[in-house]
Amino acid sequence: MAEIILENLIKRFGDLIAVKNLNLDIRNKEFLVLLGPSGCGKTTTLRCISGLESADEGRILIDGEDVTRKRASQRDIAFVFQLYALYPILTVYENIAFPLKAQKYEKQKIKEEVGKVAEILKIKHILKKKPKELSGGDMQKVALGRAMVRRPKAFLLDEPIGTLDAKFREEMRGELKKLHIDIGATTVYVTHDQVEAMSMGDRIAIMNQGVIQQLGSPHEVYNKPDNIFVANFIGSPGMNFINCIPKRKDGRVAFKMTEDDIYIELPDQVQRRVSENVKDKIELVLGIRPEDVDLSMKREEGLLEAEVYVNEETGAYNIIDVSLGSTVIKVRTLPTIQPNIGDTAYLSFDIDRMSIFNKQSGNAIRA
Amino acid sequence: MADVKLVSLTKSFGEITAVGDMNLEIKDREFFVLLGPTGAGKTTTLRLVAGLEKQDEGEVIIANQNVDNYSPALRDVAFVFQYYTLYPHYTVLQNLEFPLKSRLRRYPQEEIDKKVAEVSQVLHIGHLLNRQTVNLSGGEMQRVALGRAMVRNPKVFLMDEPLSNLDAKLREEMRRELLRLHFDLGATFFYVTHDQVEAMTMGDRVAVLNEGKILQLGTPDEIYNSPKNVFVAKFVGSPAINLFDSTVIKESLVIGKKEMICTLLQKQTQKLKNYDRLILGIRPEDIGISREQKKINSYKCKVYFNQSMGAEDILNLKADSIMFRAIAPPRLNITVGETVYANINIERAHLFNPDTQECLG
Repeated sequence: MAEIILENLIKRFGDLIAVKNLNLDIRNKEFLVLLGPSGCGKTTTLRCISGLESADEGRILIDGEDVTRKRASQRDIAFVFQLYALYPILTVYENIAFPLKAQKYEKQKIKEEVGKVAEILKIKHILKKKPKELSGGDMQKVALGRAMVRRPKAFLLDEPIGTLDAKFREEMRGELKKLHIDIGATTVYVTHDQVEAMSMGDRIAIMNQGVIQQLGSPHEVYNKPDNIFVANFIGSPGMNFINCIPKRKDGRVAFKMTEDDIYIELPDQVQRRVSENVKDKIELVLGIRPEDVDLSMKREEGLLEAEVYVNEETGAYNIIDVSLGSTVIKVRTLPTIQPNIGDTAYLSFDIDRMSIFNKQSGNAIRA
Repeated sequence: MADVKLVSLTKSFGEITAVGDMNLEIKDREFFVLLGPTGAGKTTTLRLVAGLEKQDEGEVIIANQNVDNYSPALRDVAFVFQYYTLYPHYTVLQNLEFPLKSRLRRYPQEEIDKKVAEVSQVLHIGHLLNRQTVNLSGGEMQRVALGRAMVRNPKVFLMDEPLSNLDAKLREEMRRELLRLHFDLGATFFYVTHDQVEAMTMGDRVAVLNEGKILQLGTPDEIYNSPKNVFVAKFVGSPAINLFDSTVIKESLVIGKKEMICTLLQKQTQKLKNYDRLILGIRPEDIGISREQKKINSYKCKVYFNQSMGAEDILNLKADSIMFRAIAPPRLNITVGETVYANINIERAHLFNPDTQECLG
């Protein structure tokens, strides 16, 4: 198994810099996700690791060995694109055995290795079938088996389940994560889907415009986003953003919503955190997750008045969209709360759980 | 506006029955969702309503009128596709005006201007009117496609996975906007999707379709909380419902080799009489997690892995060899490898016949 280190990696396509001086240590046995929108450089980074692209500058180390100038086939890693790419005329056994045959393994050895892989993937009963007789899930497993059989040092996966139905994707997220735990191989996984990143990654590197915006555990990137880009990209339903200007009112600092005459009161610890920004009249963005907003249908002192825009039921919980002045805020509530469009609702924020960003730089303001 | 009725609708392609004897009544002003996996027959159904396909048998009735002999243009329905079918060399304005200038309609310019203005205000696309459609983002294109459907005030909007090509963020935003649009327009929406989140969040009623047959029709609440069969229970809800093959012994359900023994409520045991085996379905949010054992239906298990979703943790648990999922609040700080107790809220259990896969009555 393997540790992969990227040092000052740069990759250009003509005038476009796809990857800008990227540094990343991928730990042995880690499931690391490169997450970002299309064009952010995540796939290029993965292709540089695999050797399908050559880095313009910087180094790639696998287990301490510099492989930057080595060919893809010499790097001993398995690249899996769409998990469906099987040979239709070969049986499952022959598909999995294929990479070993190409390397001229002995027949008995091939049988042993395919058997081990089939055991882990629980596909022994379908070894004699042709791909067209398989369910989608089994096909995925066979494709993975073909990658596993060579015992590569690492797996590189590029949006392997992106084109599947929602339901099936959910199932595969669990399967891939379980498989990773069972075989314990270093895995680098590229996706634009934050749900995949959160549910499978040990750590997530969120990329935008060729630069890593934040690297951390799902818990860290969700709860302590370094900037607005990360805060916005992670989480579903997404974080609410409210443009504010800090203002003094009755000797205390409060956030005045930029476009509306609505004030959000702040507790003492946040007062200290923003006090220097009051002087400078810096515009801030308050970020609050839908589960950290409390919604009540009863009027009470100190609650913010809002109007119900729509109500989305998901079964396990409801997402209620409300208009607070000119901003629409999502609130996650119990499924029992079912207001009508146009109803007045009252909000309070769990201020301890909110993020504050500098609007211009987008960076988080921390204590 | 209008209601839509499908009477014994059947459509085959060669030997494959895409839609089999379908009966459906979509109410006036309803947001109706047809939900199912790829190949379930949902798009075919929608195309039959639009007149883009001709059924083999049965009737399509729109606003109390049999439209079987009407061409798509005469059915007064608007079709919004998965792929934005805009004219690439036209501006947004020209795209919106197009249906009103067609040979069938030829509205006076004054009326066209008024319509376009109305629609662009509702969809927030007024600032895009002079842009070429090729220069729009995915979300903007889908709004324009909706606008083009809206300008002629159709009786019914037919939507075929209109959000599936958008990225996750935009999909979330468009869900909200479509819901509100439906409320503001008061039109009948007939919406097709494979995404249960879209169906649950937007539908007034949802029909779950598989292999050309409707397996359940009901409100999101009914579909989610009272699934009629295993397929519906599995298809709706994420993370998916846990299903346990179990043996009935007296008034309990035994799962696996006695790894878990579930004590049922009296109203549930009454249903057990004729069964020695059952499928027990329990949603991940109906399993509570604690660090000490509770009195009843509380099982010692190990956290095999955690899918941390931010607002909630999806714990993948193992009670010996039995694997299942539970949802826990992140503040519990459950760690992988930890031993915890899973407490099944048996009140919320779903019981299915293992042979028919149907819910016990």
